[in-house]
Amino acid sequence: MANKTEISADQAALFQFLLRMGDNTLVLGHRVSEWCGHAPVLEEDIALANTALDLIGQTQLWLGLAGEVEGQGRDADALAFLRDIWDFRNVLMLELPNGDFGQTIMRQFLYDAWSSVMLGRLIKSGDPRIAEIAEKVSKEVAYHVERSADTVVGLGDGTSESHARMQAALDYLYPYVGEMFLSDATDAAMVSAGLGPDPASLRDEYDLLVGKVLDKATLTLPDGSYTHKGGRTGAMHTEHLGHLLTSMQWLQRAYPNSQW
Amino acid sequence: MYAQMVKTASSGVKSREEMSEQERVFQDKIDADIKIEPRDWMPDDYRATLVRQIGQHAHSEVVGQLPEGNWITRAPTLERKAILLAKVQDEAGHGLYLYSAAETLGVSRDQLIEDLLAGRMKYSSIFNYPTLNWADMGAVGWLVDGAAIINQVALQRTSYGPYSRAMVRICKEESFHARQGYHIMMKMAAGSVAQKQMAQDALNRLWFPVLMMFGPSDKDSVHTAQSMAWKIKMDTNDELRQKFVDQTVQQIEYLGLELPEPGIKWNDETGEYDYSDPDWSEFFNVIKGNGPGNVDRMKARRAAWDDGEWVRDGLMAHARKKAAAKVAAE
Repeated sequence: MANKTEISADQAALFQFLLRMGDNTLVLGHRVSEWCGHAPVLEEDIALANTALDLIGQTQLWLGLAGEVEGQGRDADALAFLRDIWDFRNVLMLELPNGDFGQTIMRQFLYDAWSSVMLGRLIKSGDPRIAEIAEKVSKEVAYHVERSADTVVGLGDGTSESHARMQAALDYLYPYVGEMFLSDATDAAMVSAGLGPDPASLRDEYDLLVGKVLDKATLTLPDGSYTHKGGRTGAMHTEHLGHLLTSMQWLQRAYPNSQW
Repeated sequence: MYAQMVKTASSGVKSREEMSEQERVFQDKIDADIKIEPRDWMPDDYRATLVRQIGQHAHSEVVGQLPEGNWITRAPTLERKAILLAKVQDEAGHGLYLYSAAETLGVSRDQLIEDLLAGRMKYSSIFNYPTLNWADMGAVGWLVDGAAIINQVALQRTSYGPYSRAMVRICKEESFHARQGYHIMMKMAAGSVAQKQMAQDALNRLWFPVLMMFGPSDKDSVHTAQSMAWKIKMDTNDELRQKFVDQTVQQIEYLGLELPEPGIKWNDETGEYDYSDPDWSEFFNVIKGNGPGNVDRMKARRAAWDDGEWVRDGLMAHARKKAAAKVAAE
């Protein structure tokens, strides 16, 4: 682009950080919305639609600010609908297919717990725009984590079948949890500018919260510390993300520059 | 209006002389517009008819999530996605109020769901039609919810208290749904050539199925008299359908779309629009299960129920454990 101006290194890091926040909520919101009309009970249809709605709302805030920081005239919709897979910065766990209801709700809890700890730190961000978003969405996230934790406990400590399914979900998802706590140069820039925390510093609080809930749910953390990664840096997503984007972006790609 | 072809459980409208004392007191209340409440005496047939009608209405809200859910993941902007999610969430909420209203008549939600899944109960024929392009999200809100509002506004005055109150709440949300649908249509009709084609396609394809939502023509509608005497049904099918056509034709013209069928013409004599009858053989086929989407819709609902059994059982088992622990601690 002829009029493209370079953004400073700090602004570039901030842009990447905001994409990470917004892509997490966008991709998870998409996955949760796939449940519409298919949930185990009507109350869950309502709750899942409501969770997806909140996540899409958060996406509008994070990607909206990302576009503003980037300064290239891209708004939240342009970022959501017109980037390709290599530009997405969500963690891998959130793009995995839903699996059964147990896997969906376990993923929701593992993410909600991270999100609640992260937002607690971002409320103190040196950038008032970030602090304001964090303040605003932390209320709904507090409700999400309470709800997903209760459901994990109910199903973990329910019947032998529900227990087995929840344990299988935890075993499958846990190797993806570590990615939320990996730090890189982008995070270092955020820390030094006083804008956001080092992800690694969230781990103790997260482990405490998750440990308590899993304990009540009579579930056991799997052995092994291997962590799948590549989503939040964009280095390597799973094959699933491309299919998700294919449906999500289809109208904008097929009928560009239209008003909807 | 998500209830149609509800079979009235009745052997015909009774004259006052034929009524028992209890029946006369009941009918007097209805005639005086006094609501019937769950603990009041009511004829068995009144109760049975209401269970059918409210149950069918509830099922329609639940099955109705599917044609719109079909586009949530493909909504073209974040705002449209959020609005659609909010709308579908409302529909599920309407299902919840309506099942609760039905429960006041002594039938459980699980029983009603089992009746639906076993094919003993129906949902509105409209949800057996597919949603094929994005303008369908506009047309469903504008036309399907628009048709529902016409019926449901009347049903706010229905004789059974819990149903009437559910309708008041539902109507408020439905009018938001219809407005957002029309807003999508305005964007599409004023958009690119392709968008305008989508809008016209959605209107043409959904027009007759929406007219069918009001149920068969009065001359073929055998259940009306008793339901109207009981104020379960407030207007006849044809009266409601005419009202819908009259309001919708003007909206089509405002959008600048072509009328969906050539029979729509202003009639100076009646002061209403004439329109062509839908193909009622198609309607009866959809009701019988031969619509374009019946099999898939029921398969999706059955899968949701069957796949969700372990979740419901697990949460119930946990609730029992918690309750037992609480008792033990006391």
